[in-house]
Amino acid sequence: MAISREEIEKVALLARIRLEDNQVGALEKDVGNILNLVDQLQSADTSSVEPLAHPLDATQRLRADEVTEHDQRDAFQRIAPATEDGLYLVPRVIE
Amino acid sequence: MHDKTVAELARDLEQGTVSSVELTRHFLDRIRQDDTRYNSFITVTEDEALKDAKAADDRRARGEATPWTGIPFAHKDIFCTDGVRTTCGSRMLENFVPPYDATVTARFRDAGAVCLGKTNMDEFAMGSSTESSYYGATVNPWGDNLVPGGSSGGSAAAVAARLVPAATGTDTGGSIRQPAAMCGITGLKPTYGRVSRYGMIAFASSLDQGGTMARTAEDNALMLNVMAGFDPKDSTCIDRPVPDYTANLNEPLKGLKVGLPKEYFTDQLDDRMAGQVRAAIAEYEKLGATVQEISLPNTHLAIAAYYIIAPAEASANLSRFDGVRYGYRCEAPKDLMDLYTRTRAEGFGEEVKRRILVGTYALSAGYYDAYYLKAQKVRRLIQQDFIEAFKSVDIIMGPAAPTPAFGIGSKTDDPVKMYLEDIYTIAINLAGVPAMSVPAGQIDGLPVGLQLIGNYFDEARLLNAAHQFQQATDWHTLTPAG
Amino acid sequence: MQWEVVIGLEIHVQLATQTKIFSGTSTAYGAAPNTQASAVDLAMPGTLPVANEQAFRYATMFGLAIDAEINRRSVFERKNYFYPDLPKGYQTTQLAQPIVGPGHVDIRLENGAEKRVRIHHAHLEEDAGKSLHEDYHGMTGIDLNRAGTPLIEIVTEPDMRSAEEAVAFARKLHGLVTSLGICDGDMSQGSMRFDVNVSIRPQGTDQLGTRTETKNLNSFRFMEAAIHHEVERQIDILEDGGEIVQETRLYNGDRDESRSMRTKEEANDYRYFPCPDLLPVEIDDAFIDSLRSAMPELPDAKEARFKADYGLSDYDAGLLSNNAATADYFEATAKTGGDAKLAANWILGELSARLNAAELNIKQSPVSAERLGTLVQRIADNTLSSSGAKKVFEALWNGDEADVDAIIDREGLKQVSDTGELEKLVDSVLADMGDQIEQYRAEDDPKKRKKLMGGFMGPLMKASKGQGNPKLLNDILQKKLEG
Repeated sequence: MAISREEIEKVALLARIRLEDNQVGALEKDVGNILNLVDQLQSADTSSVEPLAHPLDATQRLRADEVTEHDQRDAFQRIAPATEDGLYLVPRVIE
Repeated sequence: MHDKTVAELARDLEQGTVSSVELTRHFLDRIRQDDTRYNSFITVTEDEALKDAKAADDRRARGEATPWTGIPFAHKDIFCTDGVRTTCGSRMLENFVPPYDATVTARFRDAGAVCLGKTNMDEFAMGSSTESSYYGATVNPWGDNLVPGGSSGGSAAAVAARLVPAATGTDTGGSIRQPAAMCGITGLKPTYGRVSRYGMIAFASSLDQGGTMARTAEDNALMLNVMAGFDPKDSTCIDRPVPDYTANLNEPLKGLKVGLPKEYFTDQLDDRMAGQVRAAIAEYEKLGATVQEISLPNTHLAIAAYYIIAPAEASANLSRFDGVRYGYRCEAPKDLMDLYTRTRAEGFGEEVKRRILVGTYALSAGYYDAYYLKAQKVRRLIQQDFIEAFKSVDIIMGPAAPTPAFGIGSKTDDPVKMYLEDIYTIAINLAGVPAMSVPAGQIDGLPVGLQLIGNYFDEARLLNAAHQFQQATDWHTLTPAG
Repeated sequence: MQWEVVIGLEIHVQLATQTKIFSGTSTAYGAAPNTQASAVDLAMPGTLPVANEQAFRYATMFGLAIDAEINRRSVFERKNYFYPDLPKGYQTTQLAQPIVGPGHVDIRLENGAEKRVRIHHAHLEEDAGKSLHEDYHGMTGIDLNRAGTPLIEIVTEPDMRSAEEAVAFARKLHGLVTSLGICDGDMSQGSMRFDVNVSIRPQGTDQLGTRTETKNLNSFRFMEAAIHHEVERQIDILEDGGEIVQETRLYNGDRDESRSMRTKEEANDYRYFPCPDLLPVEIDDAFIDSLRSAMPELPDAKEARFKADYGLSDYDAGLLSNNAATADYFEATAKTGGDAKLAANWILGELSARLNAAELNIKQSPVSAERLGTLVQRIADNTLSSSGAKKVFEALWNGDEADVDAIIDREGLKQVSDTGELEKLVDSVLADMGDQIEQYRAEDDPKKRKKLMGGFMGPLMKASKGQGNPKLLNDILQKKLEG
């Protein structure tokens, strides 16, 4: 299955990855080849098969509602690109 | 000293014939001298290692040593290490120093092991050659122009070159077994859920599993003894007793039922590779195993299912790398969209971006049922194949990789060619069963791996079978010329 | 044209757990920015979620309270989108398999009729952080303390037909979740937030009109105003021959304005898929039964009991039972005070008025239930007159720390209720009012007699220095005059 230039651009926007114009062509080809590879899936008869999300079919263990974490803001913000007054800074968000 | 196994070094330490500081200095020297050639390390932590070695010697003096106290080793740079840069092979995390340990890291720390550094890997573990690392490709010690396999190629190369006796790895579709095969060492991917994933940077959450890489099966068992076990911080980690994986290594293999999937031994398999694998299986027959042909009828669907599921999960797992709280951030973003799209375009390499796009596409409206849901159904078919097969055999055997190590640059221009490297390993991750690669021959002087696949939580049996093979053969003792 | 209004609600209810839904980080309100944001909450690389059992208990309790199906198996999914207050780049939520299936809430309308509002489902999810738009050199600040706070999102069917119905439903829901103790109900802190879906259609037609969604309304008053505003906006558009655009809108309650939140970005494609870091949650009958047997009394049952046990009116019982804190306050006051109706009057009258004016909730009342109860007791046993009671209440409200009885003594507010003493007082006052007595006795018209009687009460109260029990004085006076 082929993927169009527009689809590549749409998916890149969803994934928040900027593409330069000269990258789109190569991606069209590579992603198209990958989609061809995965198209083998369509040959499988899965009409009565339940999807498998986890190999062990286990169920979720639930945690007691107890505080186990303590403030480590300084440690976390030391490795942050931009902070002020304990806040992470990003370019102005317009709502 | 560097030719000794972990088990041997542990005995030396115990007997006091060598100290951890001496061992650590020795291996650090080797890394300093030789790793300019292999580039198997992204970060070497000399100061920390010597401090830890000193502490290990003190601990031993106090009589509180564990089998790992004072043993030098390395971590794949996907495991977060408190206070030590953890890059995951990516520019995105070039300056990322986590203030926390992965559970695996903490367990080795608690055991008193001495981490010498962080090994090279394909970026975010996406690759089969360690060429996609932002920190440059790793070179296979068996040949200057050869890849070590991947994604745990740094760990495999470092162990093969005797820069460390053991290293951790992770395996999402073959990332321990394929490089182990190509570098002539022994590697184990445990059952999904056997080893905690907490602090191990996620590629594909339902497939990723941390594991062991060393020269011998016995050393793999020693590593797994440290790594395996329940972790309340990982919901997918299984609460189940951990055996002593060294306990059964010497059990005879008489009566072991080995299955050979006919789907692995087709015209597709290179003749010489088939010959090496069959010779190894003949060795098992000599050891008392019985061999039968079995079928894993959905094998041909594994690559397709994997290359939907893994990119889909990765596309969401890698959304957190957004330039806001840690990691790379582009220069002077003009608005929020620019911050996101440029940070991610500049921070991620080509293969990572490709997989994010494929995964995003597979999950997007209109394609979910045809791709993701379909792949999850096929995944169950593949799992059923293994469940069915293990009703009649104890271990499934086959090749770990289609060929020995290939040339650097020979597959980088075609992602699909690279994906086919994992053709014998991927189904195992989809099913979640454990598997190993054991050195089992050579082609043109390059190592070849035999893959042993076990039933769920049957790691002890795999290690026993690998150990017995290594008692009878010396493939695992061969050393690259360098 | 006559328009019919169709309203459906989505309500985000913050659960009153100690910790976040997927990490052991405190959810206490008001901490300094990002001090309650752990490695998991910050989506640090390699960190993993582990689900909080209490969140499942609370969601299940809610399901039981609205008579809903509780799904034995529920699955968390990832809802993918980028936003700075969403650290993982996806929200962990439930979609195809939520914990709470279809249920219903019955509300009472102003005309006294009951109406059933169907609940489509309720699911568990994590809250996002907060963006602070104050100026940080032209940047926005992100506080992730709230990120990962457990929410249930409750989705109704479009069953409401007016802003008043929607508010009645919202108040009922508020009463439910606070009575269950699963939410603190503090709307000013965002503990309950409403998204309102509004459409209109010609009266008598069945087809639903195009709807808009007004997001994040956090008071009943704003919700009501936002609905009125949106209905008028839609009517104006349709009556001008325009079309309603399906969109999300933001309402500014202070200016009674709304605007579209549409941006030039692509249409959302959330790419939901089951979260591979979390396993399906299975709950069994024992889990549900243990919660069912421990359910607190809910507002409807409480209302019935207040009417039966305390003899309250429908209206008073309804108001007092809908809020757990108010109901508890009332019962504590009634217990100390001994007179439930009087307690209800004081709570719904003086106390409510003062709390509203001061923008306090009943838990923040400066007058404790016990002290108000003692006040009620002193009114009931005739120690205080109503004017005396108001003076005591004023002192209590202002933080007077003395006992109620001590205040009464100190201020000289104690009524004289000794009949012998009061008779002497009446006799002495009447001794100087011969003319008036004659006039009173000569009057035949009962109305006029009553008025004349009032002429004696003033001097009597004055003579008692305001401390005579008015009712007793009146009785004695009447007896003497008739005598």
